[in-house]
Amino acid sequence: MTRAATARAATAGDAAAREASALTVTDLTVTLPHPGGRVRVLDGVSFDVPPATTVGLIGESGSGKSMTAGALMGLLPEGATTTGGVVWRGTDLLTADAAHLRRVRGRQIAMVFQDPLAALNPTQRIGRQVGEIPRRDGLSRAEVRRRVIDLLDRAGIPEPERRMRAYPHEFSGGLRQRAVIAMALSGNPSLLLADEPTTALDVTVQARILALLRSVQRAEGLSMLLVSHDLRVVSHVAERVVVMYAGRVAEQGPAREVLRRPAHPYTRALVASVPAVRTRTALADPLPGAPATPAARPSGCPFHPRCPLARERCRTEVPAPRAVADGRRSACHFAEEVLGS
Amino acid sequence: MTALLDVRDLRVTYGRRRGAFRAVDGVSLTVAPEETLGLVGESGSGKTTVARCVAGLIRPDGGGVHFDGQPLGPVGRRPAALQRAVQMVFQDPRSSLNPRMTVAAVIGEAWRTHPSAAPGGDRAEALHRLLADVGLDASTASRRAGDLSGGQCQRVSIARALAVSPRLLVCDEAVSALDVSVQAQILRLLDDLRRERKLALLFISHDLGVVHQIADRVAVMRRGEVVEEGPAGDVMSAPRHEYTRALLDAALDLDDGTPEQTGTTRDFPA
Ligand SMILES: Nc1ncnc2c1ncn2[C@@H]1O[C@H](COP(=O)(O)OP(=O)(O)OP(=O)(O)O)[C@@H](O)[C@H]1O
Ligand SMILES: Nc1ncnc2c1ncn2[C@@H]1O[C@H](COP(=O)(O)OP(=O)(O)OP(=O)(O)O)[C@@H](O)[C@H]1O
Ligand code: SF4
Ligand SMILES: [Mg+2]
Ligand SMILES: [Mg+2]
Repeated sequence: MTRAATARAATAGDAAAREASALTVTDLTVTLPHPGGRVRVLDGVSFDVPPATTVGLIGESGSGKSMTAGALMGLLPEGATTTGGVVWRGTDLLTADAAHLRRVRGRQIAMVFQDPLAALNPTQRIGRQVGEIPRRDGLSRAEVRRRVIDLLDRAGIPEPERRMRAYPHEFSGGLRQRAVIAMALSGNPSLLLADEPTTALDVTVQARILALLRSVQRAEGLSMLLVSHDLRVVSHVAERVVVMYAGRVAEQGPAREVLRRPAHPYTRALVASVPAVRTRTALADPLPGAPATPAARPSGCPFHPRCPLARERCRTEVPAPRAVADGRRSACHFAEEVLGS
Repeated sequence: MTALLDVRDLRVTYGRRRGAFRAVDGVSLTVAPEETLGLVGESGSGKTTVARCVAGLIRPDGGGVHFDGQPLGPVGRRPAALQRAVQMVFQDPRSSLNPRMTVAAVIGEAWRTHPSAAPGGDRAEALHRLLADVGLDASTASRRAGDLSGGQCQRVSIARALAVSPRLLVCDEAVSALDVSVQAQILRLLDDLRRERKLALLFISHDLGVVHQIADRVAVMRRGEVVEEGPAGDVMSAPRHEYTRALLDAALDLDDGTPEQTGTTRDFPA
């Protein structure tokens, strides 16, 4: 196929995918007040989450992953303005009325927050917090109790009858994280936004949680947006990945293909830094320079000060995301070169 | 090599009477200058509890912690030099930082508490260098901790700990919220400090790959006890304890679809 034909095929594939998707994010832009004027913390972010699919959201620390999830949940810092579209089952959540949003957020779309300690109420017992939605749904006390125990158990919390009486500070980091997962699953969501859901977990518990999420996904057609810095986890659970850098999408596509053959130099740098478990990998060479933040976004391609392939054009011209192969998009002027090398 | 940190037969119980729970049950560990001890293990096995004892935030009900031959008591009663020498990066970076304080104020406070560690010359320049070391740009200095992303908070906590040039750094999941390229930068930094300033590291992490990269020795905890300890290469490639084997079996490597990676862990044996 010629390059143009590949690009056309990719665009046609994209259109079909968008139609079938559960969540469609289009040109999402979020600005925040900042000492030097407003800053675009998210700048034209577009991606889809198809039904019963896991999309991994990876990228630089500070690149806007949590902000993206927050925008979907309507949880943004004070003073934020949002433009673009977040269409969930045919309705744009950015313009929907409050009653509709109440039915959707926390229920159809639930979130596991990055910082479990901040997501939990320190003055309430774990069981009460996990039972909040079932209680509001009018279940009896005994039914709520049964449901809470079941949720805690499914989230891998040992001795749920005893643990449900504990307060958050009595939990280890990993137990808290599982409690937050149990809370998110309590409303039987169709889309789970999981922000670093397994970071504080040992790998055996991590495997259990991932297996749990996968079984819910299979049984109930759950879609998941998995924010994670752990490429190994993402590579095992996500069908698609979206890679962010400085508030923009650097590249996206089918997970394995993106990780095996990146179409953006930033993704390539990420993949090269993943340590192996059983063999000792030398400490990776860090990228030169400081990570870009949306507040200090370099001109042209935001990655250019750190990019080994950067040339003159990269300093002046912002690379627009474009189709570069089947189902794949990259925001690099020289994506074909990266793919080919 | 004599130990800089010597944790001996540590026991910690949370709660009382019927609610009592033995979180750490006879743990002994040592870390020498210029050495990195990786501490891995089950969630809830007591790793953070051990770290809190070393930091003097909780009092053990048995055993003790010595640093350079001196007993390490509660943090409030430690001589200033000892307080400065033992620094900790906490597991929940957001809750260990005051969200209203600017990053400059967070670091400034560390220098005020330990004037002996404060830079002699230009403070702003020293601050910017410190931030650059942990991969934060200079503009971060004027931002409030509450406005930072998870990984940015984590790097501020690391910068705060390093600001006073400790001799022992306890890192509790200190790089867990960082993307791998920033992580690589921090690991390099810690490793350089280890060699150049003989920094000792107690490095707690769930990431076995990272531990294998940075640790000289590894201790594996389960249910309040150390079940296996030894040189990193031995523990990670030829584990002796059943639990260590289970951990290693559950650990994922990158699955990029190439045959040697596919199919082994895709279905997560629980
Ligand atoms: N309340 C806020 N006010 C101003 N800026 C903010 C606020 N919260 C976050 N930011 C900035 O917005 C950018 C995106 O933050 P976000 O939390 O989405 O990053 P992230 O990709 O989730 O990073 P990490 O992996 O470190 O969690 C960051 O540069 C951050 O400093
Ligand atoms: N303040 C407390 N009161 C009661 N129990 C506690 C308290 N703090 C911790 N625990 C319990 O002690 C045990 C050990 O906790 P610790 O935080 O040390 O584990 P950890 O190994 O750091 O786990 P993780 O990897 O999940 O962070 C856990 O079972 C925890 O629930
Ligand atoms: S556009 Fe240029 S600077 Fe940006 S990633 Fe591609 S080659 Fe590098
Ligand atoms: Mg985040
Ligand atoms: Mg812990």
